[in-house]
Amino acid sequence: MNAVLAIDSLRFAWPGENRPVLDIERFNVAAGQKVFLHGPSGSGKSTLLAAVGALVVPQSGRIELCGKDLATLSRGGRDRFRADHLGVIFQQFNLLPWLDVVANVILPCRFSSARAQRAGQVEAAARRLLAAMDLEHSLWHRRADTLSVGQQQRVAAARALIGQPELVLADEPTSALDADRRDRFLDLLFERIDEAGSALLFVSHDLALGARFDRVVELPEINRAGETA
Amino acid sequence: MTLLRLAWRSLLNRRTTVLLTVFTIGLSIALLVMVEQLRQDVRQGFYRSVSGTDLIVGARTAPVQLLLNTVFGLGTPGNNISRDTLGHIEDQRMVEWTIPLLIGDSHRGERVVGTTEAFFEHYRYADRQPLEMAAGATFTDLFDVVIGHQVARRFGYSVGDEIHLAHGGGNVSLHEHEDHPFTVSGVLAPTGTPVDRNLYIPINAYGVIHVGWESGVHRPGSGLDAEQAREHAHEHEPDALSAVLVGMTTPAAVFGLQRSLNEYEAEPLSAVMPGITLQQLWRLTGVAELVLRMVAILVVITGLLGMVTVLLTTLNERRREMAILRANGARAWQIAALLVFEAGLIVLGGLLLGVGLAVGAIVALGPWLLDVFGLAVGVTSPEAWQWLVLAGIFIVGLLVALAPDIMAYRRTLADGMQVRL
Repeated sequence: MNAVLAIDSLRFAWPGENRPVLDIERFNVAAGQKVFLHGPSGSGKSTLLAAVGALVVPQSGRIELCGKDLATLSRGGRDRFRADHLGVIFQQFNLLPWLDVVANVILPCRFSSARAQRAGQVEAAARRLLAAMDLEHSLWHRRADTLSVGQQQRVAAARALIGQPELVLADEPTSALDADRRDRFLDLLFERIDEAGSALLFVSHDLALGARFDRVVELPEINRAGETA
Repeated sequence: MTLLRLAWRSLLNRRTTVLLTVFTIGLSIALLVMVEQLRQDVRQGFYRSVSGTDLIVGARTAPVQLLLNTVFGLGTPGNNISRDTLGHIEDQRMVEWTIPLLIGDSHRGERVVGTTEAFFEHYRYADRQPLEMAAGATFTDLFDVVIGHQVARRFGYSVGDEIHLAHGGGNVSLHEHEDHPFTVSGVLAPTGTPVDRNLYIPINAYGVIHVGWESGVHRPGSGLDAEQAREHAHEHEPDALSAVLVGMTTPAAVFGLQRSLNEYEAEPLSAVMPGITLQQLWRLTGVAELVLRMVAILVVITGLLGMVTVLLTTLNERRREMAILRANGARAWQIAALLVFEAGLIVLGGLLLGVGLAVGAIVALGPWLLDVFGLAVGVTSPEAWQWLVLAGIFIVGLLVALAPDIMAYRRTLADGMQVRL
């Protein structure tokens, strides 16, 4: 099978704590698949994303991203790997406030030549994505912090998608949006994900969103660490 | 290169706090540099004033006092020595020249020094430079006065002007030698030494104008008129001198002469070597200099602490930035480079601004210092150890500036994917 992400016997505890936050036997995301990961607060959602994003290193187990075992990579190698293969959208504060919108979108291409290559003409690619995310032309060269929260999240989505990363990680990106804007955001995000052929791992506590995804995973069901709590 | 641009944009975004920080550090560095420069200039100024004199001889007193009194006009004048002693000194082997000095009167607060042609001939300043006349000539008449550069400048005197001398020192003098006006015969070229602030009259004139002043105030009806004075000047050669400057044919001979004069039996004398006496003076002023230095160093530390405070208050903002950069693929070393660049730029900016301010202040205040204190200050290129101090401040500043950044970065790592604020 063609998995973008394959997790095997993953155990992770934050430094200085005995109880693991994550204890996952098996979890896969297939290429191009849109996965909704649901769980209440404190169920380890963000920690899982951090592990997948190679920002934290698990004590044991195996995380394979695009066929590469993250444990075999050096620290710098993990950083580079993340830059090449992952797009990231946070809950909020996604953008560097002192850069303009286009420069924010281009940011991953500054750190990854692979992303820059796939994007081709990076500025043109950024503009295409911004237009596709329904951001008006007049906003493109404004400072990022002059945009509304909804606009900022759409810029963040455009940035996550530039250079077609294999996997996009989204950590509650819609929690700061009202219902109308949330649906609109998801519509636009899905269109772009499909176009780029990326897989999406979308984390949220809002189960109402789940119906639109290819697959819904309840984190407490796969994470044995939560059971003892 | 793109990395540098990111760092630059980040700094621009925080330009107000960054500029204030740079300014704080700059001011503290400026203080340090100025204290050091002035310290050197003061010492240099003192050495400049005694460059050709091998020995200063006066009545028995502390060497430092004698030196300050005779050459720099600081402190109260001491006792006088007899004229016979001058003859005794002149008779010694290896004595090349002597300059008698008689001090006591003043003109508008500046010292009037009675001396002879020997002064203009033999006195040396700075790198053994002789005195030069900017205008006019040395003494041609008993009632001639040769004035220093600053005296001419401040009071607007030029050759031919008539001036009155005051009896005793001080700015406001109740007793003037009204009967004997002096004519400015010459103006000395600037030297950057106390000479610039002195007025020189023939030593015999000193004697003449004090006829009738034996009790300290002018006895009406006594004294000489100018013509009488010119005729009888030699009769009124003052029989006492404030000090004698001595030049030797061989510098090595100075030690022998110093010892013999200090043991002179006819009257108690002090013979001091200016260079060695200045060393003694520096030992005295060393404590004050140390205190000034410490204060300057404390101010630099305060400046650096101010920088840390500013950096700490913007820490959360920075954490957000770092999290975003990392999530978007910035490597650890790239973020570290951003931080080093930023800290380095702030500290370097502070250093450059500080040195610039100090140089500017010294250049701007130079004329005033020369005018009021007769202190010649100038910008000299820093010595090797001063470069080391500046480099040390740079490195310490860099480390201090990096500390909060490293904290922020470590927290960013622990934050994982989320920005927790």
